[in-house]
Amino acid sequence: MPKKVEYGLLIDYEYCTGCYACQVACAQEYGWAEGMGGIRVIEVEEKLPNDRAYLSYIPFPTELCILCAPRTKQGLEPSCVKHCMAACMKYGKIEELAREMGKKPRMVLWVPRS
Amino acid sequence: MAKSKNRKIVRTTTWSAGPGCHGGCGVLAHIEDGKLVKIEGDPQHPWNQGRLCSRCLAMTQYINHPDRLKRPLKRAGERGEGKWQEISWDEAFDLIEKRLGKIKQDYGPESVIFSMGTGRDIGAWICMLAYAYGSPNVMFALSGIACYSPRISAVETIQGDYCILDAAQWFPKRYEDPNYKIPECIVVWGYNIPASCPDNVFGHWIVDLMKKGTKIIAIDPRLSWFASRAEKWLRLRPGTDGALAMGFLNLIINEGLYDREFVEKWTNATHLVRVDTGKLLRESDLVKSGSPENFVAWDTAKEHPVVWDSSRVEYQSDDVKPALEGEYTVCLLDGTRVPVKTVWDVFVEQVNQYPIERVSEITWVPQKDIIEAARFYARSKPVAIHWGVPIDMTPAITPTVQAIANLWCLTGNLDVPGGNVISRYAFDAVAYALPGAKGVIKLDSKEADLKRIGADQYGPLRKFIWRAQTDLTLEQIFTEDPYPIKGMWLQACNPVAGIGLDPKKWVEALNKLDFVVAVDLFMNPTTQLADVVLPAATFLEKDSIRSWWVPLQSINKAVTVDECKPDVEINFELAKRFDPNFRWNNIHELFDEILKPSGMTFKELQKKGWAFPPEGHPSHPYNRFQKGLLRPDGKPGFQTPSGKIELYSSLREEWGLEPVAYYEEPPFTPVSQPGLYKEYPLILSTGRRSPVYFHAEHRNISWLREIDPDPVIEIHPNTAESLDIANGEWVWVENWLGRCKFKAKKTLVVPEWMVMAAHGWWFPEEPGEEPSLFGVWKSNINQLIPMGFQGKDGLGSPIKHLLCRIYKVKVREED
Repeated sequence: MPKKVEYGLLIDYEYCTGCYACQVACAQEYGWAEGMGGIRVIEVEEKLPNDRAYLSYIPFPTELCILCAPRTKQGLEPSCVKHCMAACMKYGKIEELAREMGKKPRMVLWVPRS
Repeated sequence: MAKSKNRKIVRTTTWSAGPGCHGGCGVLAHIEDGKLVKIEGDPQHPWNQGRLCSRCLAMTQYINHPDRLKRPLKRAGERGEGKWQEISWDEAFDLIEKRLGKIKQDYGPESVIFSMGTGRDIGAWICMLAYAYGSPNVMFALSGIACYSPRISAVETIQGDYCILDAAQWFPKRYEDPNYKIPECIVVWGYNIPASCPDNVFGHWIVDLMKKGTKIIAIDPRLSWFASRAEKWLRLRPGTDGALAMGFLNLIINEGLYDREFVEKWTNATHLVRVDTGKLLRESDLVKSGSPENFVAWDTAKEHPVVWDSSRVEYQSDDVKPALEGEYTVCLLDGTRVPVKTVWDVFVEQVNQYPIERVSEITWVPQKDIIEAARFYARSKPVAIHWGVPIDMTPAITPTVQAIANLWCLTGNLDVPGGNVISRYAFDAVAYALPGAKGVIKLDSKEADLKRIGADQYGPLRKFIWRAQTDLTLEQIFTEDPYPIKGMWLQACNPVAGIGLDPKKWVEALNKLDFVVAVDLFMNPTTQLADVVLPAATFLEKDSIRSWWVPLQSINKAVTVDECKPDVEINFELAKRFDPNFRWNNIHELFDEILKPSGMTFKELQKKGWAFPPEGHPSHPYNRFQKGLLRPDGKPGFQTPSGKIELYSSLREEWGLEPVAYYEEPPFTPVSQPGLYKEYPLILSTGRRSPVYFHAEHRNISWLREIDPDPVIEIHPNTAESLDIANGEWVWVENWLGRCKFKAKKTLVVPEWMVMAAHGWWFPEEPGEEPSLFGVWKSNINQLIPMGFQGKDGLGSPIKHLLCRIYKVKVREED
């Protein structure tokens, strides 16, 4: 039987500035070797009409993300969420995060394999 | 899991070395058996509220790096040969004392330059050493001192005190403080601040404010993150910021969007300017015993000139109704009658030279965008402007700053909640004396300062900036005129790879010197050319204090790494040796003296961690010019010669420079160099920030390097396609000064007419010895930027707007 998924990461990508704090916070927490990590920041450059463009960054939890189980067990936030400079990441129960998604646009909810 | 017996968490404050920034964040350092095992943001700290940047989060890799310098090194082979001998600290101090002592004896102490870079907490301590040795020549090694000091000095020139974006950083409750107002708009002027937190502002404060409703005007040739999300984005041609600001002023004045009451009461708009000389009318022009420091206005009530007493900050008569506009006639001492007009009229005439149409032609920004942005700025209440280093990186830096600062003054946004707020050192405790400030650490006498390079030529260097002028210093190393330079102390300073323009000239200069000491944490292209290299400590390995504005903070030692020493301790030891009258016994005594105005000792501050000045203190906002908190005499007004905001700068007049804001075309642009532009048809800009690097640092930290692995040049897709350049391909970037290699990134972030090359590149993985010097010549963009083009006041330098051409690196050239 598949494991019940309960928790996820809500990203408000309107405010992610691409500072990479989440990525390095994860590297520090788990001592990842170069090239590995539980979260990766993706840069998205969007071409818009009338010579306009838009720049987005989105943190993406990889196959190595365990949603910081050792931390959350102690009542701490996942390391990426705690250090996010833009405070645009939130950890929580999927249902609660999904409700928050309705509050504003440019949000994404990740449910990593954990 | 077995718990270690020796585990502790140390609460401290960042300030490089380590993350590379100017610090301010509260952190919790987890120490196990004397080693840093983890670092986290301190959730209780009002500055960063638990957050922390990628560079600080990589501290475990940085502090425990196998390549850290751990013991003093003495050169064993030729300079640059990469042969070193480890010596003890005692040997190192003895050697330095002897060699520098000899130079002092033979040539005088001014023959040694004490050169600094940016970031690290050394400003105060390098001065302490230089002054103890007797040299006034402390130098910031960037051409035109073009990083922050010019902005600060220029603002102080016209308003007496510097000011910055108000993000409620003065209050423990921050945005919740009842006196604070969320800015309706912030102008982010040439700044990608979340990527670097420069200038002592936490970049993401602006993001916090955006979430609370603040709208952004972004002024940037690049599509920065802010530009992407801005209400208005003005993509200006690099170097034309001054023209754009003049355009804003033009619209604001002609549409009556300025605060007339502020202009009349708090600026020198009502003072008179002589039409015959173009200079300010002074009391001494009218009355025999009159003071040249007093100015004159026209009293419309009595139809008579009236003297403005600068020292009393008031008119010499009562019930004066000074004219803001108009031309009048006054009778001079010798009986001649001369026409005079108000500063306001002179200022408006100047501003009227910049109609939007002309500004659009200069800046390449469409007229409609300028008009809409200027209106949006002027109508937003409150509104703050926060600017980045591109403002310094042009020779006409001071007039540009005058124009921008005039904006926040004219719109009544100075020192109001959510506006541009005056930034004072917490409790007036000055550790690191930024321009204009005088701390505990100073030269013995005025005589000792007479030989400071450039102080005789440049007014701001006499009045605000206690540094040697960099371009003149480099030149003097070769000319030896008016005196020879024989030694250099380099601390947090890497001119060969980072801060030095025309870096091959810096190599030549270093090689000409008799004795060079470098103090750093890792070997780099510059340390390779030193005679002695001293291993410095990170911020986690030292006690220090931080009073760069508010709050006042202590930095608390958490660990010791091998024989590494904090910069302050290295300089303290040598200063004691050089100065028989050196008056402190240990660094804590020194800190206590610096902290005296706060009423706390270092130990007491350490217990608190940080402290905010109370209401009523000059370092606590708001409206301090009205409350008489800015001037030493306690009178309302400003610390300028007239006591007012000077739209017409009396200091600039004294220095023989243009007193009113204006625009000057930089030296190497499509407009100023149409001939060169034909050959080099792209604007070359440089210095965009990487979130994972601080200038030339961190290329050896693998968690960071994997995020930004190569020197990148951003090229618009259309430009790249026209040059047959593919994404990720290596290209030569070339101009009349040289060429270097970059990896092409096709991106819409830059316009078709500009490329943006990353700065500070060298390769710690490559051989350190000559001729490689860690591969520094491959991709150091500064090879394409000249020294010696500083502004008329010795400040500013054309760093952001050069010209270049690019072409593919042929396969066989790749190695």
